[in-house]
Amino acid sequence: MSFANLCLLIILAPLAAAIVAGLGGRYIGRVATHTLCIAGVTVSFAASAWILKQMLDGAAVFNEAVYTWGVSDGLSMEIGFLIDNLSALMMTVVSFVSLAVHVYTIGYMRDDPGYQRFFAYISLFTFAMLVLVMSNNFLQLFFGWEAVGLVSYLLIGFWYKRPTAIFANYKAFIVNRIGDFGFIVGIAVIVAYMGSLDYMEVFERIPRAIGHDLYLTPGEPSKVITVICVALFLGAMGKSAQVPLHVWLPDSMEGPTPISALIHAATMVTAGIFMVARMSPLFQMSPDALHFIVVIGATTALFMGLLGLVNNDIKRVIAYSTLSQLGYMTAALGAGAYGASIFHLMTHAFFKALLFLAAGSVIIGMHHEQDMRRMGGLRRYMPITYLTCLIGSLALIGFPGFSGFFSKDIIIEAVKASDTQGSEYAYGCVLVGVFVTALYSFRLVFMTFHGKERMDEHTREHLHESPWVVTLPLVALAIPSIVIGWLTVGPVVFGDFFAGAIAHAPDGPLAELGREFHGPAAFVMHALQSPVLYLALGGIVAAWYLYLKRPDLPDRIATRYARLYRLLVNKYYFDWFNENVVASGVRNFGTGLWKRGDETVIDGWLVNGSARAIGAIAAVVRHMQTGYLYHYAVAMIIGLSLLLGWLLLRS
Amino acid sequence: MITLSHYLLLAGVLFAIAVAGIFINRKNVILLLMCIELMLLAVNFNFVAFSRFLGILDGQVFVFFILTVAAAEAAIGLAILVVLFRQRRSINVEELDAMKG
Repeated sequence: MSFANLCLLIILAPLAAAIVAGLGGRYIGRVATHTLCIAGVTVSFAASAWILKQMLDGAAVFNEAVYTWGVSDGLSMEIGFLIDNLSALMMTVVSFVSLAVHVYTIGYMRDDPGYQRFFAYISLFTFAMLVLVMSNNFLQLFFGWEAVGLVSYLLIGFWYKRPTAIFANYKAFIVNRIGDFGFIVGIAVIVAYMGSLDYMEVFERIPRAIGHDLYLTPGEPSKVITVICVALFLGAMGKSAQVPLHVWLPDSMEGPTPISALIHAATMVTAGIFMVARMSPLFQMSPDALHFIVVIGATTALFMGLLGLVNNDIKRVIAYSTLSQLGYMTAALGAGAYGASIFHLMTHAFFKALLFLAAGSVIIGMHHEQDMRRMGGLRRYMPITYLTCLIGSLALIGFPGFSGFFSKDIIIEAVKASDTQGSEYAYGCVLVGVFVTALYSFRLVFMTFHGKERMDEHTREHLHESPWVVTLPLVALAIPSIVIGWLTVGPVVFGDFFAGAIAHAPDGPLAELGREFHGPAAFVMHALQSPVLYLALGGIVAAWYLYLKRPDLPDRIATRYARLYRLLVNKYYFDWFNENVVASGVRNFGTGLWKRGDETVIDGWLVNGSARAIGAIAAVVRHMQTGYLYHYAVAMIIGLSLLLGWLLLRS
Repeated sequence: MITLSHYLLLAGVLFAIAVAGIFINRKNVILLLMCIELMLLAVNFNFVAFSRFLGILDGQVFVFFILTVAAAEAAIGLAILVVLFRQRRSINVEELDAMKG
């Protein structure tokens, strides 16, 4: 089988499964549906893993178009694949997490009437995400980008009878549209200046854009390359939920838990990070854009983490943690450490999917109760869930040796070493973020699995460990959460794994860190001397003190600093602002156009107005029409006389 | 000596009487028909007079045609009048205002 056919197989297997499951799921039944979908994703995963293996063994980069969709004015629109180490890694991560979630779904959605529909959606999502990461041109990237957005919309609103779910999926869709608008503008500017959609051609033609200015507003030139990068990053802000376009992600928790794990933690939200890393040759040319990115990322990393401290919904806490971790990745991008960002993306995909699935397992056990205030002491009833959740949390906070430790520590060091403008601010944010991460992660663990049992009697009686289809993915994800960092940190971040795929500055922060890197063990030892580890431990201790030792304290702190607490509970009033200023502004504008423009001017003056004018004239004129013969006769005679008179006088 | 202008004057006077009859008459549709006939006669008068004074007979041929048509018209007009009377029990011009806007 040729390489191109293998790539096609990877994306078409889940698509075929999705089509059959979506259109025929009702006829083939539940078992056939999930067997088919899991088979499709397994094929993708096996082929991706094989490709990754080939890449590691030094196979050449594959970059070919398999189909030309259209050529217009020299601009060729193709379907093609760019398979290098970056995309091979992403493909493997995506298909692996997707596979784990597919298996998990059998248990989680067992009683749901939309079982087949759900499988069709997640398989379709796998297809879209693979198209996105394997693309070798901007058009296909945009297709995948929009397709994952669409499936995300469908899945957030999966329980379409819940008004909150419908609200959340609209919100996600609209906020993503704002980002996508920037994204497509970026692509348009690229086409205008580089005249191509193909990644490699665009990267070769970067000099064409450098030194040119664009006038976004009259009299104020902006560099073309900066416009391109900022516009593309706007797309990434929407998909990867960076401030201020982050508002949709916490609400997206209205969807079923498996998709929270798959889409809103492990894969789709990382599309923005992946895209920026993929476009690193472009971003590397624009220090202004990197400055913007690092500030946005660091702000997201710290301030979204803080929101996790006050939420009581187990899934939302993890959602805010996702936002915060995406902020870390973005900050790493802005610092110029693309490799570190992708590395964190990979480790995060495993442990965040793990955390979500563990939360889902808890939710199953608690009969769809998500409020942590009504949990507690669950570790006795659900030991596997507890252990895996603990592993996920330790990985998340960067406990030495766990996967998250390596990726997060490198990001922090990279931000510190970076010379991007604004990186001092970013360093402060990510450093404090470590403490906050540890605090909310262990708050979650302690409130859920330790302490007093606060659930009602009926729930407690039915508490038991989830079935094997649920715990198997947990274990399958827990293993990489522990070991993947140790195994891959050397080659992936400091080796030349991304040599051909990502353009790092030769004197960038990663090169600097790489010189000091002497194997993972030494890296762990080195971390013992840095503040990061102690901040994380401090976070755990604080969580232990606040939520196990003195559970009355958090409430007292909340009352004491009521204003701060309200700010956090109201999520910095972003939603308030969006609903009352942006949304109602647009609504008022629309109402104004409708009432004034449509009803008054067009309907009132033009349509009904012309009819009324004709009516009014007719009301006057019709008095001339008396119906009496002699009046008509007079009119005829007078008319005739005038005509004759005119004819006579004229000559 | 009777000249062409006398004939033309007579025809003009007849036509004017007919027009005035149409305007002034408010009562009787039959009078309207008679006035129209009178107009045609005035025109005929002109034809005959010109024919005689110019020495060309074409005008008198025309008069025959007009007389024929006028007879037909009177027949049709009276027939309509009969139907109208049957419908409305009146031939008063004042009441015939169905075309009022």
